[in-house]
Amino acid sequence: MNLELFIPEITLAVFAILVILLDLFVRDKSWLRLVSLSGLVIAGGVTVAMWGDDSTAIFNNMLAVDNFALFFKLLFAGIAFLVILASTDYVAKFARFQGEYYALILLSTLGMMLMAATTDLISLFVALELTSISLYVLVGFLKDRKSTEASLKYLLLGAIASAVLLYGMALVFGSTGQTQLGAIAQAIQSMSLESVLDSPALLMGIVLLIAGFGFKIAAVPFQMWVPDVYEGAPTPVTAYLSVASKAAGFAIILRVFFSAFGIPEWLSMNWGMIFAALAVISMIIGNVIAIPQTNIKRMLGYSSIAQAGYLMVGLAAIGFAPAIATQGQSTILFFLASYALTNLGAFIAVIAISNKINSDDIADYAGMGKRAPVMALALTLCLISLIGMPPAAGFMAKFYIFSTAVQNDLLWLVVIAVLNSVISAYYYLRVVKVMWYGQPASGEKVPSSGAPRLALFLCCLGVLVLGIIPGLVMRLAELAGKMFAF
Amino acid sequence: MGLAAAFWIMAVVAVIAALGVVFLRNVFRAALALVLCFITVAGLYITLSADFLAAVQILVYVGAISVLIILAIMMTREVQQGSPANRMKIPAFIVAAVLLGIMIYTVTQTPWQIAPESPLSPTTVPLATKLFSESGFILPVEIAATLILAAILGAIVIAREK
Repeated sequence: MNLELFIPEITLAVFAILVILLDLFVRDKSWLRLVSLSGLVIAGGVTVAMWGDDSTAIFNNMLAVDNFALFFKLLFAGIAFLVILASTDYVAKFARFQGEYYALILLSTLGMMLMAATTDLISLFVALELTSISLYVLVGFLKDRKSTEASLKYLLLGAIASAVLLYGMALVFGSTGQTQLGAIAQAIQSMSLESVLDSPALLMGIVLLIAGFGFKIAAVPFQMWVPDVYEGAPTPVTAYLSVASKAAGFAIILRVFFSAFGIPEWLSMNWGMIFAALAVISMIIGNVIAIPQTNIKRMLGYSSIAQAGYLMVGLAAIGFAPAIATQGQSTILFFLASYALTNLGAFIAVIAISNKINSDDIADYAGMGKRAPVMALALTLCLISLIGMPPAAGFMAKFYIFSTAVQNDLLWLVVIAVLNSVISAYYYLRVVKVMWYGQPASGEKVPSSGAPRLALFLCCLGVLVLGIIPGLVMRLAELAGKMFAF
Repeated sequence: MGLAAAFWIMAVVAVIAALGVVFLRNVFRAALALVLCFITVAGLYITLSADFLAAVQILVYVGAISVLIILAIMMTREVQQGSPANRMKIPAFIVAAVLLGIMIYTVTQTPWQIAPESPLSPTTVPLATKLFSESGFILPVEIAATLILAAILGAIVIAREK
């Protein structure tokens, strides 16, 4: 077997263990950060080196090594890199257990990489649990009242979502006799249309799978956990959760629904319709409830629900036109990359500011334009990108997804999405207004340290590059749209 | 015939025990009902020729998890008060009933395909070969090992002194 195709994952596992062991021996804990970062750089570097036209699968066709998986592996390594940079000041406050913090981030990244690559329901479930359990602990890392409550809520609701997902997998297995995605597709294609229609188990299984994955991507009505968990978790973990966990959820949805349930068209139209409906309610509920929020982390939480809605517009487009699925997938990949940079940027600015003023209230951001001009400028750029205005990446991302949807006769859905973007401008711009025109509570400057600044710089650079010259990344996303076929 | 009778008796007892877990107010009694549910499910596995699964069910669920739950109850104060009443009782009941209805419909209306071969006996050796061979499920086994590492780290972090 080609174990060299498994190097990114092995690297992360080895470095996670290395960080814990090193924690026992070194006094200067900043080494731990350096080791974790270098593990991510190596994993990312190997991933880039593996990029190519060939796609194959290892471990008895359970793990695909294709451009789709490699794109996501690089994305996750990049996100974890930025999150670790951004958590520098935060982690320095911990007296102990810094090694565990970094190790858990590396392990959850490993789980997400496996999620993006897995082509079998069983390894998919175990990878998803690896990711989730690491995240439950990271959310409760502070061990104060809010953090513990957030962790408990996340754990309980996450366990129910896992159970629902497992039920769905059992029903799909029961009606096809297979756990491997390609084999499931073959089994479904060998059934006649009538027997698919006559088998409520398969359809119910698909619905339950959507519910289970919907929890991961925080789509309405599976979004209940989002505001409390986002508010209570340590802010770097919130940033990580809002970006990486969502991207992993979409990776797995794309892989499962495209590989296993893409044909016959009747079936894909049906799940496309479900995603269209979820997109509508996610956009509306996310945006409307975001408006009255006074805590910036909660506001960004609801905003991330709305962003999942825009992404599901892309999923609906794939369901309605499986023939051009590669194009649909590349628009979703581009959106995810741009959303990751934008949202991380916004959260890093929030981390840097909140760390100094010890408040997450939007009202306390008044006058930040004078107190911390660089941070305020970066946050403004990211918020503009979240609205979807040029020259930021969010504009191109929405443009690609909406134009694919329009080409596939989903004009009604795009109209709703555009209306929602307009609503969202209200609450994003309110923060911008408070920062630049509000009266500062004090004239004191808000200083920031080097590592988060570097992370913020990288994010803003990415947001601008994707917004001004999107062709480069779009080309990459198009290449990554090709999945391993069985 | 005897096997079918055993299956149905244990199935009914399992459902009654599960209902007991939900309806019994005293947490300790609910835990004992859960143990009964675990044992009868192990019995169901035996009637379905899944001998290894039945043994694991007894060892892990009846042995380890039940003890864990009962220990946790012992460490909890004010067990005697029982689980508190819930405002969401009626909505929860409606949702559960609808879900139950859909599930019963799904299971009874689907023309399930039944494998023509008779089940393996004993299952332990073929299962082990399938789990640990290169052409089997070695990847999920390895991921599960990493999962346990993450869980242990998590336990250390959560159990620390503040």
